[in-house]
Amino acid sequence: MDVLIHHIIGKYNYWLYTILMMIGLYAMIAKNNLIKKLVGMNIFQTAIILFYVSIACKKGATIPIIEEHGGSVAGHAIRVADYINPLPHVLMLTAIVVSVSTFGVALALAVKIYQKYKTLEEDEILMRLRDK
Amino acid sequence: MIPQLDIIILTLVIVCAIAAISVKDLLGCAILFGAYSFMMCLLWAVMGSVDVAFTEASVGAGVSTVFFVAAVFRTTRRTKD
Amino acid sequence: MKKIGLIIVCLSGALLLYATQDFPRWGDPNSPASTHVSPRYIQKSLEETDVPNLVTSILADYRGYDTMFETTVIFAAGLSCFILLRAFKKKEDDLYYRHISTGITLHIKGDKTIPASSKEFERIDTMWTPYDLIIKTVCRFLVPFIQIFALYVLAHGHESPGGGFQGGVIFGASFIVIAIAFDLRTALIRFKEKMDGLLSALGVFIYAGLGALCLLLGGNFLNYKELATILPMDPVEARAYGILGVEIGVFIAVMAVMLSIYVNIVSEGRHDEGL
Repeated sequence: MDVLIHHIIGKYNYWLYTILMMIGLYAMIAKNNLIKKLVGMNIFQTAIILFYVSIACKKGATIPIIEEHGGSVAGHAIRVADYINPLPHVLMLTAIVVSVSTFGVALALAVKIYQKYKTLEEDEILMRLRDK
Repeated sequence: MIPQLDIIILTLVIVCAIAAISVKDLLGCAILFGAYSFMMCLLWAVMGSVDVAFTEASVGAGVSTVFFVAAVFRTTRRTKD
Repeated sequence: MKKIGLIIVCLSGALLLYATQDFPRWGDPNSPASTHVSPRYIQKSLEETDVPNLVTSILADYRGYDTMFETTVIFAAGLSCFILLRAFKKKEDDLYYRHISTGITLHIKGDKTIPASSKEFERIDTMWTPYDLIIKTVCRFLVPFIQIFALYVLAHGHESPGGGFQGGVIFGASFIVIAIAFDLRTALIRFKEKMDGLLSALGVFIYAGLGALCLLLGGNFLNYKELATILPMDPVEARAYGILGVEIGVFIAVMAVMLSIYVNIVSEGRHDEGL
């Protein structure tokens, strides 16, 4: 019972991130509409970004913008435990940019598919492909 | 990093995500997706990453929703599942 | 398909949850993510680059190579949307023009060429856009402030959250606001397609060009302290100005690409009307 509490309650944040990722993955696999699949892909991507950002937190630390500024920096050494880890933030900025670029190109592809097959449901598209 | 705010916003995020993939109207899906992006931005701001939250607010809740609505305008609004 | 999807999702979820049992507690300052490289960035960034915002200095200076390719990804996305969707009109349909001061309408048939925009003649469209006074007036007031805010976000990326990418998206969004409140052709008159393509390539060129300039001045690629030989400042300040130059490149590329993707999606490549 103690072990159960430690494993579930102690790490509840990882449970919630995993649930969010799995919602996205389920939408990508099981939905028929192409745009719903895209929404699932984006949910998956933002859930992973959430996971990385949560790794960067430190208890009692502040945002990664250094407050002392100018000539007085040499006097006070910057304490590392005062600022949260900025490295996952940088990586996730690139991830967000790539995510919006992929989303734009995927929507352009969906518009093109609709122009040709007049539908966005995956099974109807497969049927029309087989008929041709 | 305030735990109560964290739990409320996380619950809202999961509710928005499940709703966004379940509605049968693609325009409603677009608006719920914008709400999901905005809730994520709040979550990251509460966790202290202000740059990532700024980017997600401008990109996810701004430009990405506009692209989505533009694509729904050019294709169809109805979906079967 | 849904049952298979559910089984796969449950299995992967269980696997991921089993793997997270070893992860550190939330908010632990001694976790492995916070103890290897990032203490050096936190301690040395202000004295080496004179930029208080750690995320900007890591993004544009310490990990500048990644950001260069991220800008290239944005450019490639804009290019792909253009290639996929752009449909140039093969033959002109009949055009209708109206002379503004007298109200006489002209009907021009076939393939005569007409100048694209003229002050005395306005084009009567087959697709009618509704006229809404409140939205147009509010948009006309708001757009300069949105653009000034975008430039502010770019310029203050060193001290507050922001930087090139966020500012570029906001600036591009101001043009999208014009395209939605008025009609698409109004936005395209102010920001022509050729200028759009040129600017998106210019942004990547500024970034890579600054790196190559540092290479020509004798240092490594994207090592901004070599710029101190041509600019009248010490190497630490030269790095801050190198970061600013690079962010300007990202700003220009992102602004052009955001508008280009929107215009291509909403008009299906024809650039006539939409939303």
